[in-house]
Amino acid sequence: MTLKYDPNLKYAETDEWARVEDDGIVVVGISDYAQDALSDIVYVELPEVGDEVSAGDVVSTVESVKAAADIITPVSGEIVEVNEALDDSPEAINEDPYGAWIFKVRASALSELDALMDAAAYEAYNATREH
Amino acid sequence: MMKYDDYIYDLSTPGRTGVDMPEPDVPETPIPAEFVRDELPLPELSLVQATRHYLRLSQKNYAVDKGFYPLGSCTMKYNPKVNEWAARLPGFTAIHPLQDPHTVQGAMGLMYDLQQMIAEIAGFDAVSLQPAAGAHGEFTGVLIMRAAQLARGETQRHKILAPDSAHGTNPASTAMAGFTAVQIPSDKDGNVDIEALKAALDDEVIGIMITNPNTLGLFESNIVEVCKLVHEAGGLVYGDGANLNAIMGVVRPGDLGIDVMHFNLHKTFSTPHGGGGPGSGPVGVVAELAPFLPGPIVDLKEDAGEYVWKQPAQSIGRIKSFHGNFGVMVKAYTYIRMHGAAGLREVSETAVLNANYIQARILQMGDYPIPYGHRCCKHETVAQGKISGAEDIHTLDIAKRLIDYDFHPPTIYFPLIVHEALMIEPTETEDKETIDAFLDALDKIADEARETPELLHKAPVNAPTRRLDEVRAARHPILTRLPSATATQ
Repeated sequence: MTLKYDPNLKYAETDEWARVEDDGIVVVGISDYAQDALSDIVYVELPEVGDEVSAGDVVSTVESVKAAADIITPVSGEIVEVNEALDDSPEAINEDPYGAWIFKVRASALSELDALMDAAAYEAYNATREH
Repeated sequence: MMKYDDYIYDLSTPGRTGVDMPEPDVPETPIPAEFVRDELPLPELSLVQATRHYLRLSQKNYAVDKGFYPLGSCTMKYNPKVNEWAARLPGFTAIHPLQDPHTVQGAMGLMYDLQQMIAEIAGFDAVSLQPAAGAHGEFTGVLIMRAAQLARGETQRHKILAPDSAHGTNPASTAMAGFTAVQIPSDKDGNVDIEALKAALDDEVIGIMITNPNTLGLFESNIVEVCKLVHEAGGLVYGDGANLNAIMGVVRPGDLGIDVMHFNLHKTFSTPHGGGGPGSGPVGVVAELAPFLPGPIVDLKEDAGEYVWKQPAQSIGRIKSFHGNFGVMVKAYTYIRMHGAAGLREVSETAVLNANYIQARILQMGDYPIPYGHRCCKHETVAQGKISGAEDIHTLDIAKRLIDYDFHPPTIYFPLIVHEALMIEPTETEDKETIDAFLDALDKIADEARETPELLHKAPVNAPTRRLDEVRAARHPILTRLPSATATQ
């Protein structure tokens, strides 16, 4: 199976993706590579709306039948929305990793996203990893 | 056909009973009506029905008494039956923890001796037998480390480091105690990355939690330097005793620089592990930390020749009701006495020899990569379920197929840093014929993976249950099942 990469997203080495919406809100999820490595996801621990977070903080956890993975926010700011639909259907991340976002952050400094990779760089990075 | 292994409520017949209760010889005191519940009826069976029901269930189960159980990181060694004999002696079973200490000197003496034996085996100064399991011991150890630093006025410390190969319980114990878990990467040889450790050490670090041998089954060859660096930063070193079975009588963790450590009596010291009974996770410490141990512990008043309960001076307090899981202590004590010092060393030597034999034969077979196979392993080896020419086959399929060959599968998908991990720990109690039969099965499964992959995808086919839907079980667990209407009418 070929892994999918969305050219409109930025990617972290820790396999989160981020997208900036028109109003400057940053949407965060996990990549196709991450959901494939985790296999069937059974639970997503969502952050609390209103939490103040710093880039690099663990704000969420995704559990599969194999492992639990920390989800790290790539930007600092306030959590303004979480994808509550994942409570009932965590498998949405397996089915559509780039549609099933996890949380949204009102970023205090969008420049923090400059540290992330574009889709091509992330694909090249994954090619160097064992899978 | 009678299906004695059906759900027990479906075997129930109203009014049937296994025992006749005698007439009460005291006045009856009814339970107040508001406390009487009827939503959880008891099944009504005869004695023989109940016996058959549970015997049938036990026959479906797999246990170390039934076959090879190479569950990595769990040390599923044979549990000698003499342990059970000792633990059932009336002098141990017919006593109560609140008895006058003068009337339970034998039991206290056994606990005292066990404290001393563990201290001697691992190179520590004092031991508390209170913790009820490994993770409970970790939590206790974290509280001890923190208490010692608070006593020095170092209130700013809140971080605990652990390598990325650590058991998940290490960061969990850290979080449980309210501190911050920090992960340290491993280097190319599977050791703690020393440069990353240096970068992480500052005056906010409580200490490091480290397992040696680590979960890759490798001896941390940097351990002395790790301890030195952590100590120089004012931190303490916690040793996770999960893998003690590899080094007993050869290396003492206390001599390596470890300050506090738990011992899994239900792994290393042969008491039942898993569903077989409660665990026990005593904690040993160096002299500096002895005042902080949870108590009461057993002390010997030399002049009077009398055992007494003692609460260490700056104890973190009690962390278990009464004195811990005493029956487990009796079994571990029996195991240690049956082996003696030379015997315990032989236990570890044989456990390591068995694991290296497995590693060598798997490398020779060539079907299952071993990422750190360039090093000798200790008591376990971590292979990968990545069979060339069978890319659709995963570790899970291989594990399930092993059930068909009547072996308990190894630990899978752990440690997390090894992709498709198959973590194999034979222990010292297995003979070469058993290990060879297991390796032959692995070899055969690799052929099957290439020739008849569908067989592996649907495995197990010869077990009491076929492949279980683990995803559905995790997403939609049914945790209670009430009696069906027909059974209760």
